[in-house]
Amino acid sequence: MTDFLHVDGLTMRFGGLTAVDSLSFTVDHGAIHGLIGPNGAGKTTTFNAISGFYKPTAGKILLRGEEISGLKMHDVARRGVVRTFQHSTLFAELSVLENALVGTHMAFRPNIFAAIAGWDREDRHGARARAREALEFFGLDALMHERAGDLAHGHQRALGMAVAFAAHPDVILLDEPFTGMNPEETRAMMELMRKLRDSGVTILIVEHDMHAIMGLCDKITCMSFGKLLAEGGPEDIRNHPDVIEAYLGGARHVA
Amino acid sequence: MLKALFWIALAAALIALPHALSFSQQEILVFLTINVLLVASYRLLTLTGEWSLAHVVIMGVGAYASAFYTKEFGVFVPVSMLLGAVTAALVAMVLSYPLFRMKGFYFLIGSFAAGEIIRLLWKRFRDPFGGPKGLKGIEPMPDFSIGIYDFDFFEPVSYYYFAATVVAVCLWLMWRIERSPVGLTFHAVHWQDKLAQAAGVNVQAYRTLAFVIASGFAGLAGALMAHYIGTINPNSFDVEVMVFVLTWAIVGGTATFYGPILGCVVLTILNEIVLREMGFEQMRPLIYGAILILSILFLPNGLESLVERALKPFRRTPASGTPAGDAPPASPASDTP
Repeated sequence: MTDFLHVDGLTMRFGGLTAVDSLSFTVDHGAIHGLIGPNGAGKTTTFNAISGFYKPTAGKILLRGEEISGLKMHDVARRGVVRTFQHSTLFAELSVLENALVGTHMAFRPNIFAAIAGWDREDRHGARARAREALEFFGLDALMHERAGDLAHGHQRALGMAVAFAAHPDVILLDEPFTGMNPEETRAMMELMRKLRDSGVTILIVEHDMHAIMGLCDKITCMSFGKLLAEGGPEDIRNHPDVIEAYLGGARHVA
Repeated sequence: MLKALFWIALAAALIALPHALSFSQQEILVFLTINVLLVASYRLLTLTGEWSLAHVVIMGVGAYASAFYTKEFGVFVPVSMLLGAVTAALVAMVLSYPLFRMKGFYFLIGSFAAGEIIRLLWKRFRDPFGGPKGLKGIEPMPDFSIGIYDFDFFEPVSYYYFAATVVAVCLWLMWRIERSPVGLTFHAVHWQDKLAQAAGVNVQAYRTLAFVIASGFAGLAGALMAHYIGTINPNSFDVEVMVFVLTWAIVGGTATFYGPILGCVVLTILNEIVLREMGFEQMRPLIYGAILILSILFLPNGLESLVERALKPFRRTPASGTPAGDAPPASPASDTP
């Protein structure tokens, strides 16, 4: 299916600053799509606009042809676009299992009257089963009863993805998932993402780690100063003169 | 088995308790019971991370509403109490629209302002609210008999039994809410509202829900009080009372369900019985303030942290359940007298 997630002429302005300038790209269904660019290129802003954290100044974001731009974050999530956050944004005081249980919120919507009367037993079982499944998927089931804040960094990042995965997303937006990871952890994380894609989830990644991006993505969109610079497979991007110039500075500057 | 024994023993102790007290102490016991409901409902509100300064005023809304309904429309008192609780919840719902545009410190100040507006309305309008003198001659709870016991509401003991039953049911309801997925979502909203939103949680709706439920229970506490003392005025719900509620919650600790209740009970006993007996009549507020400061300095996690430490060797399951320990037993079967 083409035109699965389509960003159409997205513009984000903050006062006089244009962070994203009529950016358009398409994420294919079942792909791992990378969004790269030098610092300040507007990657995270784009991300925040897609996930509903910001309302676009202009332009549209379409999921399966349906507009999702301008919706609130929880409404975007209910359409199937679930994001993770930079750093280890977790419910640090809750246990690992409880973190995953929050992820099941959409599938098993809590009802206060059912909860008091005890009619939601099946829902609670279902939510628990789903949360366990998500934790097993990311190899966290042994740590189920640990406090999330006590986990190692790599596990915390995996848990962030598990929370998103528990929500049955169609698209997962990963915001710099490799930050602060050693090569070992990066490799393990890449493996998890491939597994995630093979389970039918479309992935959009914002990332600085070029090695990981090149090895992982099916398609890459490169931005610079809020504009689309290049798009294509890892090989095209690696050898694209504009991309090299944006990252390393043009030959004219070197001289 | 041990749990059942614990609850039976607690219920028996609570039934026997008033008979070991003097008349004035029995009256204090009634207020204590009502305050337990107030402070427990306050904790429910703080689960989503917002601390309100309007809670006591909301309690007053329940008191005024219930008194008003019995006076003007002759509503049967127990029904009127429930209607008072519903009124408090509805007022909270209306307030939530402006208030939940703010967070943290701004919410605190905003809630204080909202509460003062309500309180000043009571003072200003003599017609329904009685102005600064408030409402007098509020209909008392009608006497009734349940066969083995005759409720005579001139006796504080009877009102204590009645209030304790109502409070026990309310505590059980709040406990059920907190241990449910709804309660988990409250915690999620508290710790990381952005992440909760990304998981599809309507954060605003859950903040409002916690505020409305807590206000309903506070309103019921107010109604219980109004029909007991028979007179209420705007100053019975001023910020001074709110400071007491905050002190109970902070000294007791808010991480567990029983923390604020513990704070309320311990401080009330200390304030009303110990300090009174020792003759510190005028200095009691001073000592109260000192206790708050000392507990923040030396017991930052509240009295509950002492209990948690004492109970630790007896816990079977590894730390799970609600954050920072899941103290009271999972099935509070019956703590009603």
